[in-house]
Amino acid sequence: MVFLARDRPRMKVLDKVRDLNWLLVLLLAVIASIGFAMLYSAANGSFEPWAARQMVRFGIGAVAMLIVALIDIRLWLRYAYLAYFASLALLGSVEVIGTTGMGAQRWIDLGPVNVQPSELMKLTMVLALARYFHGLTLEHIARPTYLVVPLVLVIAPAALVLRQPDLGTAALLVLIGGALFFLAGVRLWKFAVVFVGSLVAVPIAWQFLRDYQKTRILTFLDPESDPLGAGYHILQSKIALGSGGVLGKGFLQGTQSHLNFLPEKQTDFIFTMLAEEFGIAGGFVLVGLYLLVVAYGLSIALRCRHQFGRLLAMGLTMAFFLSVFLNIAMVMGLIPVVGMPLPLISYGGTAMLTTLIGFGLVIGVYIHRDLHIGRRWFVEQG
Amino acid sequence: MQRDFVRYKAFTRRAALLGGGQLVLVSALAGRMYYLQVLQSDHYAMLADENRISLRLVPPVRGHIVDRHGRPMAVNRINYRVVIVPEQTPDVEGTLDAFSAIVPVGDHSRQRILREISRKRPFVPVTIHENLNWEEVARIEVNAPDLPGVMIDVGQTRHYPPVDSVAHVLGYVAPVAESELTGNPLLELPGFRIGKSGIEKTYDLALRGKGGTSQVEVNAVGRVIREISRDPGRPGQDLALTLDLELQKYAIERLGPEAGAVVVIDVHAGDILAMASTPGFDPNAFNRGLTQRQWRRLVSDPRGPLHNKAISGQYAPGSTFKMMVALAGLESGIVSQYHRVFCRGYITLGNARFHCWKRGGHGWMSMVPGITQSCDVYFYDVARRVGIHRIADMATRFGYGKALGIDLPGEKDGLMPTAEWKLATIDEPWQQGETLVTGIGQGYVLATPLQLATVEARLVNGGRLVIPHLARDIVKPGEAAPRPEPEFPAIEVSEASLAVVTKAMKAVVNSPRGTAYRSRISEPDMAMGGKTGTSQVRRITKSERLAGIRKNEDKPWEERDHALFLGYAPVDAPRYAVAVVVEHGGGGSKMAAPIARDVLLETQRRAPAAALARVPGRAPVSRAEG
Repeated sequence: MVFLARDRPRMKVLDKVRDLNWLLVLLLAVIASIGFAMLYSAANGSFEPWAARQMVRFGIGAVAMLIVALIDIRLWLRYAYLAYFASLALLGSVEVIGTTGMGAQRWIDLGPVNVQPSELMKLTMVLALARYFHGLTLEHIARPTYLVVPLVLVIAPAALVLRQPDLGTAALLVLIGGALFFLAGVRLWKFAVVFVGSLVAVPIAWQFLRDYQKTRILTFLDPESDPLGAGYHILQSKIALGSGGVLGKGFLQGTQSHLNFLPEKQTDFIFTMLAEEFGIAGGFVLVGLYLLVVAYGLSIALRCRHQFGRLLAMGLTMAFFLSVFLNIAMVMGLIPVVGMPLPLISYGGTAMLTTLIGFGLVIGVYIHRDLHIGRRWFVEQG
Repeated sequence: MQRDFVRYKAFTRRAALLGGGQLVLVSALAGRMYYLQVLQSDHYAMLADENRISLRLVPPVRGHIVDRHGRPMAVNRINYRVVIVPEQTPDVEGTLDAFSAIVPVGDHSRQRILREISRKRPFVPVTIHENLNWEEVARIEVNAPDLPGVMIDVGQTRHYPPVDSVAHVLGYVAPVAESELTGNPLLELPGFRIGKSGIEKTYDLALRGKGGTSQVEVNAVGRVIREISRDPGRPGQDLALTLDLELQKYAIERLGPEAGAVVVIDVHAGDILAMASTPGFDPNAFNRGLTQRQWRRLVSDPRGPLHNKAISGQYAPGSTFKMMVALAGLESGIVSQYHRVFCRGYITLGNARFHCWKRGGHGWMSMVPGITQSCDVYFYDVARRVGIHRIADMATRFGYGKALGIDLPGEKDGLMPTAEWKLATIDEPWQQGETLVTGIGQGYVLATPLQLATVEARLVNGGRLVIPHLARDIVKPGEAAPRPEPEFPAIEVSEASLAVVTKAMKAVVNSPRGTAYRSRISEPDMAMGGKTGTSQVRRITKSERLAGIRKNEDKPWEERDHALFLGYAPVDAPRYAVAVVVEHGGGGSKMAAPIARDVLLETQRRAPAAALARVPGRAPVSRAEG
C-alpha cells in the first residue's frame, strides 16, 4: 500500500518543520508586507496608528500559524465540532454582550482585544463541515437526509451573523458552505434547486433587511444617483481607482485617499488605495500574489490523501479567495458595499489572526498529507 | 478504499472546476480594473482633480483715492481681527474665558461666537473681535501660550482720513446687497465691499481691481491642505481727484454750522478744486456699521447730512440768474445795455404788484447798475420784453436745466421752465407774471450749486463750455489716461455781451454801490467779481407784508431764504469760479458773499492763478505723494 509508506501515528517535529511549506509562508509575508506599506501610507506616512500594530499582529499570527501547522491534523479532526460549537456560542453571545460598531454588533470586548467571532466562524465552520463530509461516502451524500446536518451547520452561523447585521460575512459563510457541499460531491441539481428557491425567497428576505442594507443594495444598482449620500463610497472608490491609471500616483501620493475622499481606506477600501498609488500594475501584482496563494492551497488539497485534509485545505483556500474576491469586487463597484476586509492587508486583528491560523491548517494539511485517516477513523479510535 | 478513491476523484474534478471558476472571477476583476484604470482613467483622473482642487477667490486690494497733491483721502487700513479656530483649542469656553481676561468679550458676542462655532466646521476660524488696536494685539500676542487656537488675522478696511470733509464726494463702501449681485463671484465673497455712493461708486470697477484666484487642494471636508497655484489678479487702481483737500477742508470749516454747499472750479480746465456740502457725515462709520438709531438720525435730519447739496441740492438761483436774462436781452437785440427802467420799488402787471427787494426803489436803472445793485424791477422789465423762451434758451446754453455729467452719482438736472414745459407737466398755460418772476431767478427755475459754479465759470472764461470733473485722469478699469488738453467749444454768445455782464459782476463786488462791496478783496491781483442772490423758499404773502414781516430773520429757519453767491477771481484774468449756497442763510450779500470771498482768497493763496500753468500738472499719484 502506497498510503502506508509514511503512515505513522506520530511524526517527528523536526521532520515537520523541514516539511513546512516555506514558500507559502513567504508569499503570505510578502502580501502582509504590502499591507504594512499601505497602512503606513494610509496614516500619511506614519507607522502609527495602524502599520506598527498590524506588524505585531502579523508576527503573533505567524507564530500561531506555524504552531497550528505543526499540530497533528487528527487533533483538529477530533476537536472540529467542539471548535465549531465554541465559536457558535461566541457568535451567539455577541447578541448579548457585543459592542456595536458601524451600525452592527460584531465585536466582543475581551479586555485588551476585541474579538470578532464571525471571523473565527469561517474557520470552524470549514473544520466542522470537513469533518462531517469526511465521514460520508458519495452514496451517503446522494441521500438528502445526510445533508440536513451540514445545512444546519451552515445556516445557524449565517443566520446569527445576518442578525448582527453583517450581510457580507453571512453571504461569505453561505458561499464557503456551498463550496464544501460542492467539493464533497453534492449533486449539481440540488444546487439548482437551492438557487431557484432563494430567488423566490429574495422578496421575502427583503422585508427583513435593515434600511441601511436596503440602501446599500439600491445604491449599488445606481451609485451615481446620490453622489454625496449612500453612493459616495463606491463613487469615490471608483474615482480613486480610475485616477490611479496604469502606474498610479506614487507611494503616499494618492490624492483621493490622503485627502480623505476615500472612506475606510485602512480597512475595507485599502485595495483602492493601493490601486490609486500603484495603478493597475500594483493591483495586478497583488491579485497575482493572491492567485499564487490560492493555487498553492489548491495543490495542497489535491495532494492530500485524506478527505478531511482535502476539504479543509480547499475550503479554507476557498474562504480566502472569496474574501479577496468580494472585497475587490466591492471596491470596484461590481457588488454592493458589504463591509468585508481584504485578507492580510486590511487593518484588523481578528481577521489577520484567523486568516493566518487558516493557513496554518492548510500547511498542516500539507505536512500531514500522507497520513491515512480512514472514513471511519473515529470508530476505529473508539 | 474503492469508495475513498471514487470520492477522491470526485473531489479532484470538482476542485478543478472551482479553480476554473476562481480564474473566471479573477478575470472579471482584471477586466473591471482594466476598464476603470485604463479605459476610463482620464475621466476619473478629472473627477479626482475636481474633488481635490478648489478655486478660491483672492479679493483685490481697493485702490486709494488721493487729492490733486497726492494727499490720501481714501485708503485701506489694516484691520486686526482676532479669530478662534475651534479644533485647535481643547476647550473653547475655557479659552474664551482666558481671552476675556485680556480683552473683554461681552455676553452678547460670546453667545454669537459659540453659535457660530456650533454651526461651522471645526477648522473654520470664527471672529472673536474686530478692529483691535495695537495695545490689544500686543497683549494677545504676549498671552498666546494661554490661548490655544486664538489667532490674529490681518484684514483691510476702508478708511477715510479726512473723516467728514470729503464724505459726499468720496462716498463710502459697504457690503454688497442682494440686488447688486451681477454674477461676478467676487461680489459674493463674505465681507467684500463695493462703492455705494460718490467717487467710490462712480469709479468702483477701477478702484476695485480684478479678483485673483488661488487654486488650493482641499480634503474631503473642505479643509485647505496647500496652495497649488495663484493668480494674483489686479489690484485696484489708485485714483487722483482734482480736489485740493486743504481747500476742501477750509470750505467746510468756513461754512461752519450752516447747511450749504461750496463749489470751486477751475474755469479753464473744469477741475473741481473743492466741493463742500454741510453738514457732513463720517464715512468710516458706515464701514464700522451703523446702528439702527444712528442711521435713522442721519436720514431724518432736516439739514440732510447724507445729501451732497453741491450736486443734488436744487435751489432757485435768485438774482444770480439776472446775468442770463441780461444776456438774453442783449443777444436778442431787444434791449441794449443802455436800456433804462425807472424803479420805484415795484412794478405792476395787470392788477398784480411785483416788488423790488429795495423798498424805496432804485430810481433810473440801466443794465450794469441793474446787475450791480441787483434791481429786481429792471429785470422784471427786461424779462417781460425778452420773453420766457429767449431767457430759457440762453440759460440752457450756459448749462441750466440739465445735469452736467459730473463723475458722481446722483447729480440733479435743475430746472429751466418754459411755456411748453409748464403745459406739459402742470397742464396750465404760462402766465406773463411767471416770466417776471423767472427774470429774477425765482419761481420754477432751479439749479444745483455745481451748475451755478459752472455757469459762472462759463461766463468768465470767455464763453467756453467748460465741463467740470473730479477725476484728474480719464479712468477706466485697468487703465488711466491723462485728460487731453481741454478743447471746450464756445457758447453761442457775443464777447461784447459777455463783457457787459462781467463788467457788472466786477462792479457788484468792487463798486461801493455793489451788493457785495463789503466782501471785496483788497489785494488787487486776487480781486473777486461775482453776483449775489437770494433764493426765496416761500414768497412773503401780502398779509405778512402788511403785518410787517419783511425781513428774513422774522421767519422760522426752514422758511428763510437761501443765500447765494457766484464769484470768480482774479477779476481781470479769471481763473477760479465759486458758487456758495447757504440754505436758509438769508441774503446773499450778507451770508454767502463773505464765504465766497474767503474761499477764493484761500484758493488763490494755495495756488496763485498767475503761477499756475493753464492746466495743472499731471504728475502721477506716486510722485505727487512725495
